[in-house]
Amino acid sequence: MAERFAVNRLPGFTTIAILAFLALYIPIITLVFFSFNAGKTVMDFNGFSLQWYAVAWNNTAVQEAAWRSVVIAFWATVIATTVATMAALGTTRRRAFKGQTAVYVAINQPLMVPEIVTAVALLIVFAWVKVQTGYQGLGYLILAHAAFCIPFAYLPIRARLEGLDLSLETAAADLYATPWRTFRRVTLPLLAPGIVAGAMLAFITSLDDVVITEFVKSAGQDTLPTYMLGQLRRGVTPEVNAISTLLLGLTVVILTAFFLLTRERR
Amino acid sequence: MSNEVTISARNVVKAFGQGDAVVRALDDVSVDIRKGEFFTLLGPSGCGKTTLLRLIAGFEMPTGGTILLDGTDITTLPPNRRPVNTVFQSYALFPHLTVAQNVAFGLEMLGRPSSEVKARTAKMLALVKLEALAGRRTSQLSGGQQQRVALARALAPAPKVLLLDEPLSALDLKLRQAMQIELKRLQLETGITFVFVTHDQEEALTMSDRIAVMSAGKIQQVGSAREIYIHPRNRFVASFIGETNFLTGMGEADGVLLGTGERVPAPGLGAKGPVTVSVRPEQLRLGLPGQGLKGTVRSLVYFGTDTHCHLGLSDGTEIVARLQSPASGDAGLTEGQEVGISFAEGGVQRVED
Amino acid sequence: MSPAEEAALRQSDRNGWLLVLPALIVLALAAILPLLVMLVYSFLTPGDFGNVEWQFSWDGWVSILFQRDIFDGTLGLADAHLTIFWRSIWLSVVTTALAFVVGFPTAWFIATRPPAQRPIWLFLVTIPFWTNLLIRTFAILEVIRSEGLINTALIKTGMISEPIQMLYTDGAVLAGMAYVYLPLMVLPLYAAIDRFDMRMLEAAYDLYASRWLALRRVILPIVSPGIVAGSILVFVPSLGAYVTPRVLGGGKNMMIGNFIELQFGQGRNWPLGASLSMTLLVIVTVALLFYVRAANRGTQTHG
Repeated sequence: MAERFAVNRLPGFTTIAILAFLALYIPIITLVFFSFNAGKTVMDFNGFSLQWYAVAWNNTAVQEAAWRSVVIAFWATVIATTVATMAALGTTRRRAFKGQTAVYVAINQPLMVPEIVTAVALLIVFAWVKVQTGYQGLGYLILAHAAFCIPFAYLPIRARLEGLDLSLETAAADLYATPWRTFRRVTLPLLAPGIVAGAMLAFITSLDDVVITEFVKSAGQDTLPTYMLGQLRRGVTPEVNAISTLLLGLTVVILTAFFLLTRERR
Repeated sequence: MSNEVTISARNVVKAFGQGDAVVRALDDVSVDIRKGEFFTLLGPSGCGKTTLLRLIAGFEMPTGGTILLDGTDITTLPPNRRPVNTVFQSYALFPHLTVAQNVAFGLEMLGRPSSEVKARTAKMLALVKLEALAGRRTSQLSGGQQQRVALARALAPAPKVLLLDEPLSALDLKLRQAMQIELKRLQLETGITFVFVTHDQEEALTMSDRIAVMSAGKIQQVGSAREIYIHPRNRFVASFIGETNFLTGMGEADGVLLGTGERVPAPGLGAKGPVTVSVRPEQLRLGLPGQGLKGTVRSLVYFGTDTHCHLGLSDGTEIVARLQSPASGDAGLTEGQEVGISFAEGGVQRVED
Repeated sequence: MSPAEEAALRQSDRNGWLLVLPALIVLALAAILPLLVMLVYSFLTPGDFGNVEWQFSWDGWVSILFQRDIFDGTLGLADAHLTIFWRSIWLSVVTTALAFVVGFPTAWFIATRPPAQRPIWLFLVTIPFWTNLLIRTFAILEVIRSEGLINTALIKTGMISEPIQMLYTDGAVLAGMAYVYLPLMVLPLYAAIDRFDMRMLEAAYDLYASRWLALRRVILPIVSPGIVAGSILVFVPSLGAYVTPRVLGGGKNMMIGNFIELQFGQGRNWPLGASLSMTLLVIVTVALLFYVRAANRGTQTHG
């Protein structure tokens, strides 16, 4: 029997695609693999060991950086998700108000402007503010992170809102719900998966940031990524591999949850 | 049912869009809906029937005019403060709530004590025969069941008026017919005024006490099913409800003089100048040539119970007669045959253009 | 419109504004106003220990392209700066091309899987996309450094005796950027190919097109909005790249991003750094405007 003429087959494409997937994953797998190395370099894999995880775990600098990363990511996520939810409610399902395009540009600005540009601009401004106020705390990092997390939180929330059946809220109003109770009892519960998804993306984005953090942080305010970048002067140590693997695992867990959450939407 | 008016729309105008692109969805509409009646807004899509319903519900605000409920002006009252509930075309059931929670929603929003909410919800579920599904999520229900939940939810707060926006359009034919009977039963049992929107004339004719036929943002005629079918006021109503033939000619005291020189008898017509009359296909009688208008059989279409006979008059006008199919299935006519066309008594109705 | 209708619409507009206001405040404080402050700084005089003197000067902008001769004070072209600009643009263009050549077949491959499989393949592309950029760059570093995966493998199989120096070359930066930005090419391409109606290919083959001609004359023109989107999404961050060239390029193979950083570090020339940043911003904005125009044209012609 003759094979069906495969309309969508293009010669060589499958090969390139498979190679691309291998290329995407081999480096990551290598990194994960050698984080379990008992020896010190790639040249000699001396068997499976968790010693580098222990080293990282017992390193107070790593502990502090990790804690700082989580604190910053937590507050940045809370702020970004809150304002992004409000913004999404303000920009969907109503007549476009004057200046709405400008609002879109502002919200997506962090996606468009190169990070290094924002980073040095923040360096300039915060350097001045630090001198004027004397405040050196994590507030600067939280504010900066909240700003660039906004579009990541906004997009899934907005998508969810646009998918919501407007007549549900009309029905709630018809059944004597005040606008506020309509929001509490109908809109918010239905929007929740979008908000959680947005919060997840915001959290990952904050946790992963290197460039802006590197420029905004005061002395002694390393996060995990900037700590790792600083360690680079000594070459990639298995300890850094171990930290990377943990961060990678966290990302995969959050992303999987994100996909399960957004897929359920019919 | 009484003659007391529940909903009164006075000179209602609703325009959408701005500047040159303004569309008048409702153009000076006035109508009174009586307490306890099953009132239907019937018309093709875009005629403004749903807009009128949404204005009564409070989802939209009119551009002009007023809407009264039991004599009180509710024109600008928000929907959550009107004792009026809606059954939505898409049902709009809350997907995050169970069937019972959906039904209880309105009562909870009204702040009724929980014992009352419980009792009333149970009663409503019994009314639509869904007691067994109270704990289900609405996404697990069939279309017909969702329809019942939507009904129970809207009836639970015992509204003064229930608005139904083409609620049966998503159901298949069998279910739709069953629901028509069901709706009528619910309306009689609860005594609530129903305002029903549909584009389906059969639905309108079978369920309604009175029908408002709408077109192009205006109400064309209000009346019972019988009145509207037998005495359509204008061409639009005559052709939208059922099928009909239009004949035009010069009006006389007791008939219409057609262009063919023949006379259509219409006792008491009493019109002068050009007139249009409507004759339903079942009001035509065929006989031997010479009895009434001269006509030629152009084609015969067999419909089972009826046979449609397309006839040509001597000036070429085509009209359709509906004949009951005889048991043999053969109407005894052949194409090209000459016949005489006469009219059943009262079957010729003058209509405005 | 009746007064009540107008009032309702005005109320709706006001609510819309009130709801976006908090987001706008955060963005203004930490994303938009700093850019304006930086614009001001680009016209000031550098301070001796970094920061600025509040004295107007064009020097920040002039020294992007020119340098003053130490002895006679005349202006000459700043070769070092030009080289960095040129390298940045060149590397970004090649990165984009490389990502396209690999990304297009990959996107095509995903889009032609059975529908049930597609989310899994997409997920596989998305994981690297959301993985920390630094981690991915480290991963590449593990592969290409002297004691890395490639050199180890080559030495163990006896093909070479000394490790090949791959790290700290333009090639390393290029490979690294293509690697980290590949998902940004694949995702919009996938979206475009997914919308592509495969029956058009049947029509093309029916009308005697070869596979190559069908690709060139039917597929590529129709998915071109996706190509433009993917190219911009790769080109823009490549041009502003900072981490990847720093880790894989070392101190010598700088791109604009690293050069900007230098001005705020050892260079102690904040006005130059600021004007360089503004220049980068302008280039990126032009690229994005080009993208918006192309995207609009795309939606017009392809419904």
